[in-house]
Amino acid sequence: MESLGNIILYFVVALVIIVCSVLTVTTRQILRSATYLLFVLFATAIIYFQMDYPFLGAVQIAVYAGGIVVLFVFAILLTHQPGKDAQRIDSTRRILGAVAALLGVAACGFGLFSYANFCGRQLAEAHSWSIEEIGKFLLSTDKFGYLLPFEAVSVLLLACIIGGVVIARRR
Amino acid sequence: MNLTLLMYLVPSLIMFGCGVYGFLTRKNMIAIMISLELMLNSVDLNFVVFNRYLFPGQMDGMFFTLFAIAIAAAETAVALAIIINVFRVARKVDINELIKLKF
Amino acid sequence: MPLSYTIAVIAIPLFMFFFLGLAGVKMGRKLTGWLGVIGMLITTILAYGVALTYFFGTGQGQLAADGARQAVVVFNPDWLSFTKELVVRMGIMLDPIAAMMLIVITTVSMMVHLYSIGYMSDHHGHAEKGYQRYYAFLALFTFSMLGLVVATNLFQIFIFFEMVGVSSYLLIGFYYQSPAAVHASKKAFIVTRLADLFFLLGILILSYYTGTFDFDKLVFGANGANSLEVAQSAISTAGGATFLGCSVTAWALTFIFIGGAGKSAMYPLHIWLPDAMEGPTPVSALIHAATMVVAGVFLVARLFPLYVIEQGAMEIICVVGAFTAFYAAAIACVQSDIKRALAFSTISQIAFMMTSLAVSSADGGLIEIHGGHGLGYMASMFHLFTHAMFKALLFLCAGAIIHAVHSNENSDMHGLHKFMPITSFAFLIGCLAIAGIPPFAGFWSKDEILVACYSKGIGWGIWMSMVAGMTAFYMFRIYFLIFHWKKHEVHTEHAPADQPWTMTLPLIILGLISIIAGFAPAAKLLGWDGKDLHTQLNWTVAGTSVLIACVGIGLAFKMYYKENELPDKLQARFSGLWEAAYRRFYMDELYQFITHKVIFQGICKPIAMFDRGIIDGFFNLLAAATGRAAYGIRRLQNGSIQSYVYVYLVGALALALVTMVCVLI
Repeated sequence: MESLGNIILYFVVALVIIVCSVLTVTTRQILRSATYLLFVLFATAIIYFQMDYPFLGAVQIAVYAGGIVVLFVFAILLTHQPGKDAQRIDSTRRILGAVAALLGVAACGFGLFSYANFCGRQLAEAHSWSIEEIGKFLLSTDKFGYLLPFEAVSVLLLACIIGGVVIARRR
Repeated sequence: MNLTLLMYLVPSLIMFGCGVYGFLTRKNMIAIMISLELMLNSVDLNFVVFNRYLFPGQMDGMFFTLFAIAIAAAETAVALAIIINVFRVARKVDINELIKLKF
Repeated sequence: MPLSYTIAVIAIPLFMFFFLGLAGVKMGRKLTGWLGVIGMLITTILAYGVALTYFFGTGQGQLAADGARQAVVVFNPDWLSFTKELVVRMGIMLDPIAAMMLIVITTVSMMVHLYSIGYMSDHHGHAEKGYQRYYAFLALFTFSMLGLVVATNLFQIFIFFEMVGVSSYLLIGFYYQSPAAVHASKKAFIVTRLADLFFLLGILILSYYTGTFDFDKLVFGANGANSLEVAQSAISTAGGATFLGCSVTAWALTFIFIGGAGKSAMYPLHIWLPDAMEGPTPVSALIHAATMVVAGVFLVARLFPLYVIEQGAMEIICVVGAFTAFYAAAIACVQSDIKRALAFSTISQIAFMMTSLAVSSADGGLIEIHGGHGLGYMASMFHLFTHAMFKALLFLCAGAIIHAVHSNENSDMHGLHKFMPITSFAFLIGCLAIAGIPPFAGFWSKDEILVACYSKGIGWGIWMSMVAGMTAFYMFRIYFLIFHWKKHEVHTEHAPADQPWTMTLPLIILGLISIIAGFAPAAKLLGWDGKDLHTQLNWTVAGTSVLIACVGIGLAFKMYYKENELPDKLQARFSGLWEAAYRRFYMDELYQFITHKVIFQGICKPIAMFDRGIIDGFFNLLAAATGRAAYGIRRLQNGSIQSYVYVYLVGALALALVTMVCVLI
């Protein structure tokens, strides 16, 4: 039995996620779209906190909300005149996309609900991982160590830095 | 009332569906990227809740999410750099009008 | 001098090839030429040292216990091991004929290097292009030829056979802007390649049945010299296997002879040699007169004991050699191009050597070799030596003349004696030597060849004597037509004269050698079994042959010394014969007919049509169909990422549907 506060928090977050997701893809102002995305990301971060993954939640806020959305905003401001609405999307395109998305959602939802008892799992008590333990796992080479992907990601980031420099350089 | 696994998966699914819709309908490349981020985020969320509900003693799902966030950041940075570069050349970011390289 | 210096003899030309070939472009023409000459000079000195040490020194394994001069293997590492027994080695081996060839090759090559400095400096009045290339190729040829003669096994000989072929090709086609030279080089390469195919077949058959490539297992006995017993046992390893009624070793040896015949321009594979005269004249002197063309003779001599035992192959050589000698001499009598005449003379003389080798074993006895214990072998090698010297001399003289009058035709020459006295005398010495007038070199060797022929049979002797008479006639015909006949009319702006010293000095040196080479102790040194061969001048044969030579010279003097009507009259009288001989008895036309009409039209064209029409057509059809289909569906790849996502989504949904249906059922 969850605490009432938790349940209320869940419903608020779920509502924010659903509403903001829909708004993100339906609003005609791109800057607003980015803002709604920001809300969705914040809400997701709250779920992470709720799941007892405070580190992950912090990363979500710092990287996604603090980094990526800011990048989006920069890009939008560089490429758009503010306050100008995007063109209205023609209706066939919209309906086609909606049908496709709904079909996909329906298929996945069917899958979810047909495994209802499996999906009805309750939240069990879990060990709350400290930052120190997470750090050790990230840099360990043991069975559950993540050194190799960690290094791979660092190489990827380096490649991205170089790629970004090369792409953005004026010729 | 209990918070079950399903209750977290449903918002995630809707988020994903919105991402698909946005990806299919939007013309603005940056909007398409935003939709992409939505989808990615929904997947991240799935990883976390599955990890938390099914294997509370481990944290592989969390690490996957961590790496996915890192990669998403990298990907977004490069993609936006490309988009801005394209904008510099073509003065537009509309995906339907950039057809110079077609065929 | 240690015999191992032979390695240096071979390595220096190879080094010069790379050095001049790679660095030559950066160097001046003069420097390149003189570097080539100096490199060759060192090689020559070393080669002389090694050869003379081999012949006259002791204590380095030259002499076996019984006094035979045996083969010395300087080094012989394994190169390719097929099985434990069948190993290809790359080595250096000295035996009497190899040492003799070292002297021949380096002498002539040295003279040609020096001579080329003058000759190649200009070409018909223009500065010669590719001077560096020329010297690099000369070095390459010298290297290949030296490697050939010191080879320790058949496979190595084959490799160097090919390499001399390539260098010959490169040098014949030196003036690659002239279509005639290009055609000639292609012709030479293709004809000798065809022959080399047989050579390779022969090697493979022989090594398959005897289990070895090495000469010391095939022909060299316990004392390291040629041994019939060893050859006999090598052949008996084949176990008497036969093919079409002949033993396989006879087939193998015949094939090997065909390979040698290709290089040595024996009938009917001689057709490339006259055309090879398109190359620079010093090249003709080096490659197509003195060294490469005797590679075939050298090859047969190398396997001499095997041929002695396989009499059938020997008979073929004998007949081919005797016929070629006459055939080429007949053509040489009417040629107007002096280089072509000399080329046919070369063919004829090489045929002399071949015949001499072949008659050497007339009675086929295992122990006793006819003609005074292998006289023919010795005579052949001796003639190879002397012929190389005087034929190189003749070619270099021809080069000097061509250089002076800018023409190959003897109608543009006439009466040059007054203008070019040194060349004239040198040419005369060469002519006397080749005609067999004592004491010039050719007399001694040719006399021994004739003795060997007479001892096989009186018919062979008479035939070869007749050819010797023709030799004297055609050589002096050329001589008189060039230097006498009538007064020279000066066409070019300056009168022809003796050439600069770089070109004249080799003539003088080779002239001196041609005078004295006959006194070389060949009988002592070149006996087939490494032992001294006691010969004495057979005065009957010698007297007759000198007489015949004098008749030939006299005839030539009568017809060609002073301008007269006699040659034209004779030509009109025997116009058919003259025309046939002038056209080389239509051999080229015959080849042309066979290759173009029969092979190209009859065989290759249908094959080509099948290949192009049906096989190529099928694949073209496939390619065209693929192309059309790809063009048709190219719109699928429309570049719109959203339509891709639609397609992807449809696929994913279809999969999900399939799964659902499966689960529900």
